[in-house]
This record gives sequence, C-alpha cells and structure tokens, in this order.
Amino acid sequence: MCLTCGCGSDEVLIRGRKPLNKPKAPVNFKLHRIESKVAEDTQRIVKLEQDILHKNDLHAQRNRALFEQHGMLALNLVSSPGSGKTTLLVSTLQALQGRYPLAVIEGDQQTEQDADRIRATGVSAVQINTGKGCHLDAQMVERALPEMPIPEGGMLFIENVGNLVCPAGFDLGEFAKVVVLSVTEGEDKPLKYPDMFRAANLMLLNKCDLLPYLSFDVALAESYARRVNPDIRIIRLSAASGEGMDDWLSWLEQQRPNAN
Amino acid sequence: MHEMSLAQNVREIIEQAALDQGFTQVKTVWLEIGRLSCVEQEAMRFCFGAAMQGSVAEAAQLEIIDTPGRGLCRNCGHEAEIENVYDTCPQCGSYGLQLVAGDAMRVKELEVE
Repeated sequence: MCLTCGCGSDEVLIRGRKPLNKPKAPVNFKLHRIESKVAEDTQRIVKLEQDILHKNDLHAQRNRALFEQHGMLALNLVSSPGSGKTTLLVSTLQALQGRYPLAVIEGDQQTEQDADRIRATGVSAVQINTGKGCHLDAQMVERALPEMPIPEGGMLFIENVGNLVCPAGFDLGEFAKVVVLSVTEGEDKPLKYPDMFRAANLMLLNKCDLLPYLSFDVALAESYARRVNPDIRIIRLSAASGEGMDDWLSWLEQQRPNAN
Repeated sequence: MHEMSLAQNVREIIEQAALDQGFTQVKTVWLEIGRLSCVEQEAMRFCFGAAMQGSVAEAAQLEIIDTPGRGLCRNCGHEAEIENVYDTCPQCGSYGLQLVAGDAMRVKELEVE
C-alpha cells in the first residue's frame, strides 16, 4: 500500500506524454532529533514530536523550489465535484495561450477525460488517477512533473480531485489554493467546509450567468467565506458566458513571480 | 477519507523510528490531534487499526491527545478558546480570529519494547 496517499501505490496512475515511470523508491527522511529515556529494562518511551504531514511537506518544498527556479506560477484548484473547474480551466487556457507557457496537472480518481479536454486546447496535460485516493499529494505532483514540458516563466494549473474536504490539508508546493464555488451549490459551503476556504487565497464564484434562475444569495455566500477567511479575495465569474473572466485573468497575471 | 493517508504516514514515522531506535514492538502511540485540524478523531481511530496491520505497532493502543483550538483576535488582541475557525471574538465580536493552537497533527511519543 502507498505510504503517502493511503491507496495502493499501483492504483495511482500518472498519464503524461511519455511512458509511465516506475514509482520512485521511498525517500528516506531523517527524523527529528529523538530523545529516549529508559522506563524499565525493556520498555521505554520514545519522544518523536513529528508532524504527521512532515513527509508531504518535504515533497511540497521540493516542488515549490522547482516552481520558483523556473519562474512559474503554480496554482492548486480545489472545489466540490461539478463546480465547473475544468470548463473554467479550458476557458482560462484559451485566453492565456500564446501569452505564457502553460501546463496542467489533472487529478481524478478515474479516467483521463479531463486531461483530454485540456489537451484539446493544445496545452500539455498530465492526468493523475488516484484510484481510491481522495486528494492529490505533493509526491504525486512531484512524480507527474517530469512527464510534461516545464512551463518556464509561465503557469501551471493543478486541478485537484473534486472534494472540499481532503485536499485542504495537503500542500502541493503551490503558490496559492484557488477554491471554486458555483452558484448552483449552497451559500453555506464555506461554513460547512471551513478548512478549504481558510486554506484558499482566492474564491471564484462560478456559473454567475445562472443567478437570474436561482435563489442563491451571493452576498451571504461571500460573507460566509470572509467569516472563515477575512483575507480571501473573491471574484464572481462565469466560464460559460465569459463575465468576470477578465478579473480572474488579471489576478493571474498579478501573481506571476516577475509581475510588479 | 484522508485519515487513511494520515494513518499510513503515522505508520511510516513509527517504522522509521523502530529502525533508528532499535525497538521491535510498540505498546502505545500518542497522537496529538488538534480539534481544528482537518482530522476526524473517530475516523483516525478506525484507520489507525487498519494501517498498523503487519507493522511493529500492530497491537499498539492509540491515545489521542485532544488539544482545543485557540484564536487570537486581530482586532482587539484577545486570545480565547474557540470551537470553530469562524467563531467570533468573545471580547469584541469580530470575525477573523487567527488560529494560534489546535490545528496540530503530531506523533508525540511511543511506548516501546
């Protein structure tokens, strides 16, 4: 069984442009300084004080260093299933293509359908299938990176598994988490799933073209998000109609490492 | 259920410690799980048993040290125990408490032989 993501390691599939690499050997990480005291002759207490996510965080640091080295803006897109992440991503890539080098890592439990939708735009995409796993972790992203051309000085979008719970705790090395909430969901999602909205720097309120047909209270949803995370930036948009897309594209350009 | 991944990480930490420290059996594992961490304690108990199968901690008892959340008000500077990350400051009523404790997930110590 995979010691990082909890699923069988054979179940995690990374489908890029090159043949699959075999999973790398587990990295042997040093433990923190360990102090022991002898309780009895054979029994003793071993003090560890080690963060459970320590190993993930080490892989995330390596990813982050690589992103910085190549001057890339790496973003981790998170949401519940069906919020319109992939449609939004396709529209975003179409708008940015030709201006910056772009690449995408797609996370889903099964199928390569999302990566195929991305590749249809002409942008490179690597699909990670997590099998039974409910989130991407930093090691999966690290394994996916050699499978794609590095978007030097450009942008890497990592579309996480559709899940508002599990991906919140796993740093992938991204510059920021972007949470997508669609107006066909409940306004109270930020309160029901506070960890995710607290971890995100930006909330995209998607499918706003449908607002005339719904009873969704935008102000209420935004107030809930700010209650959980007072610093969260919010952009209302619709990937389908294009409204608000300029604000999102401007935000992206402002976050680039060499942007002023 | 990300608790399974986390329980697998706990197993890996314990097995590395067993190699470094030369113990062959773990009797008790103390985990610190903050009430505002992204871990559901009951799910962790369930996954812990499954994840430790076949390891040096297969028969280990799990003790969870449950630490309460504490928030620091960015408006008035008051620090208080909180139940949720979106609680208001009990002194001035503002939102946006900065979490100062209660989100840790740590393997604290092991009783081994």
